[in-house]
Amino acid sequence: MSDNLFEFLCRMGDNTLVLGHRVSEWCGHAPVLEEDIALANTALDLIGQTTLWLDLAGEVEGAGRDADKLAFHRDVWGFRNLLLVEQPNGDFGQTMMRQFLFDAWHLSQLNALMDSSNTQIAAIAEKSAKEVTYHLERATETVIGLGDGTEESHNRMQAALDKLWPYVGEMFTLDDVDAAMVDAGIAPDPASLRPAYDALLDDVFAAATLTKPQDDFGHQGGKSGKRHSEHLGHMLAQMQWLQRAYPDATW
Amino acid sequence: MTNPTQEWPLFEIFIRGQHGLSHRHVGSLHAPDAEMAIKNARDVYTRRNEGVSIWVVQASDIAASSPEEKGSLYEPANDKVYRHPTFFDIPEEVGAM
Repeated sequence: MSDNLFEFLCRMGDNTLVLGHRVSEWCGHAPVLEEDIALANTALDLIGQTTLWLDLAGEVEGAGRDADKLAFHRDVWGFRNLLLVEQPNGDFGQTMMRQFLFDAWHLSQLNALMDSSNTQIAAIAEKSAKEVTYHLERATETVIGLGDGTEESHNRMQAALDKLWPYVGEMFTLDDVDAAMVDAGIAPDPASLRPAYDALLDDVFAAATLTKPQDDFGHQGGKSGKRHSEHLGHMLAQMQWLQRAYPDATW
Repeated sequence: MTNPTQEWPLFEIFIRGQHGLSHRHVGSLHAPDAEMAIKNARDVYTRRNEGVSIWVVQASDIAASSPEEKGSLYEPANDKVYRHPTFFDIPEEVGAM
């Protein structure tokens, strides 16, 4: 049981860690100053949530690892994040599309986790949901604004959606870890979040004049850690180099 | 559709720090519309717990007095010191005013 719980907590924490790092890559590069600050805030929120998830994961594991150890001393195959969040930023539109697709799932996952039988998980979910509510609002408005914007912004958003769509399915798949969480009343069945997710996407894409791809093929292997894309290794090299070069260095 | 080469309009941002205080001008930023201006203001100006309420107004909608008019606008008040309530003896029992 504690192995499954550890896996589940790593999934939550690795999603926010990897996406938080990805979003932080925009710092100093965003198209306008206001978006730059907003993206940095989002990244910081996600890294803050990571600390809570991974510290709890380390506690559950009981092997003396804390959030820093888990974040900086695991290699690609140790990560349990969704394939969606490790995808490269692309252009600003692609980054915001990835954010929207993730936030929409993330918020309903957190809302469900607030009723978790595990009170620590419920508490982290409650704190995170406030931040993620804002992330989703912001991403939604940006997707609508750019989708229903100029011809160029519309085309870029449609291309971003087409590119990222095959990574949506993984969020709703059920494996042994998920099944154990459902049995223990810790987390919802991933598939149960799908109808509300689809309804939200339909509304937003209608307003954004974007077309949801029909093909439901979904890449797998992120949350199981079995088949991460080649992008994650490059990202970790960037993220972890300091701890690799100077193990256990502190401020 | 807007002209893509056009810059986002400038918004002036007003933030109320606490309930009961008035909104205070804190700065300005660019945004595509008023809704996004509020979100941008939240991200730019309330990161350190500065506010409980945000007002935004497009800078072009603010009518301002012109510095050249300062003679006619402000100087007439200069020699009317009796408008300041400084000529009253305040009884000690009143305390600090």
